[in-house]
Amino acid sequence: MPKHQLYLKLLALFAVSLILIALGCVFGSTGIDWRFTEVDRTILYEIRLPRSIGAYLAGALLGLAGAIAQGLFRNPLADPYLLGSASGALLGVGIILCLSSVGEYSLVTLIGINGGAFAGALLGVLAALLLAGGYKSSLRLLLSGVVIGVIFSAANSLLTFVRPDLYQSLQSFMLGNTSLITWNANLMMGLALIISILLTLLLSPVLSALSLGENTARTLGLPLDQLRLLLIAVLALATGFAVAQTGLIAFVGLAAPHLVRHISGGRQRVQLILSSIAGGILLLGSDLLAKSIFAPLEIPVGIVTAVLGGGYLLLLLRREQIGIRK
Amino acid sequence: MCGFLGISIAAVEVIDDRGKTISLASPPQRLISLLPSLTESICALGKCNHLVGVDRFSNWPLSLQNLPKLGGMSDSNLEAIVQLKPDLVMVDKSSPIISRLEDLRIPVMAFEIKTMADEERTLKKLDLALGSKEAGRVWNQIQAEITRANKQLDGSQKNMRVYFEVNAAPYAAGRSSFIGELLTRLELNNIIPESLGPFPKINPEFVVQAKPQIIMLSETGVTDMKKRPGWADIPAVRENRICTFKKEQSDVIVRPGPRMGEAALILSQCIAEKSLSSK
Repeated sequence: MPKHQLYLKLLALFAVSLILIALGCVFGSTGIDWRFTEVDRTILYEIRLPRSIGAYLAGALLGLAGAIAQGLFRNPLADPYLLGSASGALLGVGIILCLSSVGEYSLVTLIGINGGAFAGALLGVLAALLLAGGYKSSLRLLLSGVVIGVIFSAANSLLTFVRPDLYQSLQSFMLGNTSLITWNANLMMGLALIISILLTLLLSPVLSALSLGENTARTLGLPLDQLRLLLIAVLALATGFAVAQTGLIAFVGLAAPHLVRHISGGRQRVQLILSSIAGGILLLGSDLLAKSIFAPLEIPVGIVTAVLGGGYLLLLLRREQIGIRK
Repeated sequence: MCGFLGISIAAVEVIDDRGKTISLASPPQRLISLLPSLTESICALGKCNHLVGVDRFSNWPLSLQNLPKLGGMSDSNLEAIVQLKPDLVMVDKSSPIISRLEDLRIPVMAFEIKTMADEERTLKKLDLALGSKEAGRVWNQIQAEITRANKQLDGSQKNMRVYFEVNAAPYAAGRSSFIGELLTRLELNNIIPESLGPFPKINPEFVVQAKPQIIMLSETGVTDMKKRPGWADIPAVRENRICTFKKEQSDVIVRPGPRMGEAALILSQCIAEKSLSSK
């Protein structure tokens, strides 16, 4: 594919992104509201705009995390949700919430929550890797991820058992919730996204080498194990910061890389960037649906992505014979 | 002139259950309540007409049904709340929306109502904040109703062992919950010991062993309850002394609000009826 064609596609994706963010400012609590100028400034600048941008950033982080996971483990079904890192992040959030007082979020607690989510996400992937005895068997890795997810969510239920007053807060994290995103949260996610993208682009030769097979990658003389660990850390960073603001959002990380695979034509760097953009578009689009399907009622965005993403995954499984090596 | 101004800007300060001081220059005119028991308390104090929006579960008094519904506990609709331009929002202390509302400079009063004493305190604070002078009257009425409910029961009905099931998990009403306090005021013997806390999740076997003479639960749970292994032998089930509550009655009983007196009357009435029919 010639380069200018790629730029055109990038431009188109960015245009779609901007249109969706604009739509996010128009879709309100009472359904679609075209009287743009009459909308209260507070609602526009303090609620709708941070929410739309926040949903986009969280989606971008998850899309990137999904692309890293799929490249790193050479597994088309890897995603933060299935690998146990999302539930690990949620457990981190739960523990930090448990330690701080409820309802009083300052910037300091926000950093605490993000830090906890990052640590939890890292713990989740590493535990899944340990349980699977490495990443050589894709099937075992995915199963381990699912098991870790179950154990971590049980631990989370235990937290609400110990602190029933946390139930409301944790519940909104478990279902995936974009409605309370603040500008501070956007700042956090923006920083995380920039750091993650820069690091991943820097490390993308590893992913390219890995796509040629483990042995070939070794012959290139790269310190594979260390670089892999670094990529896992980036994966945890992206997942953790997304979960800390929006809670559990299923399948965005899985679907985004698949949707752009045929555009990127196998080039790792392009694939990573495009997955990130596609993730943003997916989550923001789902958020718009969540706001408007039953307006003025609003359903948690996690439910929308789970239904859409789950359906897409089934379609993918039927259409392509995804090679899962046992 | 200055004296006149001084009077007109005299502010009311109320400390809410987070320990936060809320200053109100004048009694708020556009109220939002995001908790059914708070909604009912506000209305009992005669300020129902100042409510401009409520949560999804607030359904009493009936005059509320045309107000905008602003979501539930964990999914309050922030934008709809802001759009209503409230001058005070009343919420449960554990609601995740509090910090967001305060970011947007909307005054929030948070409450934690778990016991009857909590409700008395809540009524007083609301009285202060809303500029009503009704808390004493409302509280006295609740107390009078509870006393009346107590008098409906005779000596044989009092001291009966009672099990109140909050939901089918099963969660029970412990002695330190407001429901448990009502049972105590009716001089009934709650099978749940004090040490288990307000709403403990219990092992069904515990209930079988405690042999309650009365079981209280919502209408929807009764069929499944009777089918639980071993429960057919519980005296209350065997002698059919089961108090079931319709949705409207359950709403009265499970909300720690101004209708607690009415709740006591529902409980005592059922016990009186059940022990008559089984005699």
